Amino acid sequence: MARRYDTRTTIFSPEGRLYQVEYAMEAIGHAGTCLGILASDGIVLAAERRNTNKLLDEVFFSEKIYQLNADMVCSVAGITSDANVLTNELRLISQRYLLQYGESIPCEQLVSWLCDVKQAYTQYGGKRPFGVSLLYAGWDHQYGFQLYQSDPSGNYGGWKATCIGNNSAAAVSMLKQEYKEGETKIDDALALAIRVMSKTMDATKLTPDKLELATLTRHDNKTYIKVLPVAQVKTLIADHEKKEAAEAAKSKPSTAS
Amino acid sequence: MECVLGISCNDFVILASDMTNAHSILVNKQDEDKMFKLSDRLLMAVTGESGDTTQFAEYIEKNIQLYKMRNGYELSPPAAANFTRRNLADSLRSRSPYMVNFLLAGYSERTGPELYWMDYLASMIKTPFATHGYGGMFSIGIMDRYYRPDLTEEEAYDILKKCVAEIQKRLIINLPNFQVKVLDKNGIRALNVIKSQNLTA
Repeated sequence: MARRYDTRTTIFSPEGRLYQVEYAMEAIGHAGTCLGILASDGIVLAAERRNTNKLLDEVFFSEKIYQLNADMVCSVAGITSDANVLTNELRLISQRYLLQYGESIPCEQLVSWLCDVKQAYTQYGGKRPFGVSLLYAGWDHQYGFQLYQSDPSGNYGGWKATCIGNNSAAAVSMLKQEYKEGETKIDDALALAIRVMSKTMDATKLTPDKLELATLTRHDNKTYIKVLPVAQVKTLIADHEKKEAAEAAKSKPSTAS
Repeated sequence: MECVLGISCNDFVILASDMTNAHSILVNKQDEDKMFKLSDRLLMAVTGESGDTTQFAEYIEKNIQLYKMRNGYELSPPAAANFTRRNLADSLRSRSPYMVNFLLAGYSERTGPELYWMDYLASMIKTPFATHGYGGMFSIGIMDRYYRPDLTEEEAYDILKKCVAEIQKRLIINLPNFQVKVLDKNGIRALNVIKSQNLTA
């Protein structure tokens, strides 16, 4: 019965739902996981890379993490072509603000602006919503380090740690238990990100080519956005596996026979 | 004909503007307020085409307020100055540009006090002291001579009095009254109007 109302984005269902928006979110639930963690001295973004085909020619060095402006970076989950349109728009919005005001756009304003654009696609035009959720990591004078998440409905929220994409619910509940507010520095956040990603990703073993890691930090009044090189990701994964092995050995005392 | 003066020091910015409103040979009033309060920490003293001055100043003022309403915090002085200049620059190549020259004074915790000079061609400079108008040409030399970044409010006011005395002595047009306002961490305050009577001392 509800199918009758699916055909247009601009129509509510009898139960008061917007099916197209929900279907978009469903699409994102099948996409590669992205998570973000706020530390006291920076922000970590981790993303699962799905396109690991050997035949792919590495043109872009980052598949899911995009720099938006001098002080902000985002990662996407969902339909890649939709994501490209949105990140391009985010970059345009940032530069327009910079042109007008001579300073970087405050994080929430950028997120809010794009979400207004996304919302328009749920109310008029007869076009489908964007099948993308985004995680935004940024710094501004007003509120310091911030992490935001937005979804196809045009809603957004500020987070201390969150996850989008495949298995995101499991990741969020893990983060809820393990994230320590006020006690997390960048290195703790990186370790936590690896721990959570290893549990939620499809692969049996974490390898650097399946995982993208980026950090946003501040030194000397300047923002530094770094996509971690393969070597560093390898080291972090190795550290994680060592810790896992150590914990496994502890919990299973050798049964002396 | 019109004149505005501005001095920015370590703790405050002080602006002075003449109070004469005239059309050709006729003086309409001698107590016109040419300063516009854009926000609690932004003050603009405007000269130029009658009508354009008010239109432009009020347009900027309302946009600054809108930003505050939308975002919950105010534009910093450099951002407000850039925004103002951008609007002026956009209007320059339109059908009818704004003919305004002004000084923009701002204060914020992060930047401290700042003074921006902008003219009708949308040039902008941030500077410790500045003037507009014929009267300004007499005054800028006096400011060069006496300016220090660590002036007190009284000392800065005295420098403005010297400038006004010179303007009233040497400028052919009579500008008897100058309004003075100070902007510091506590906001905007009006000081005593510099009148020609008070200066013959």
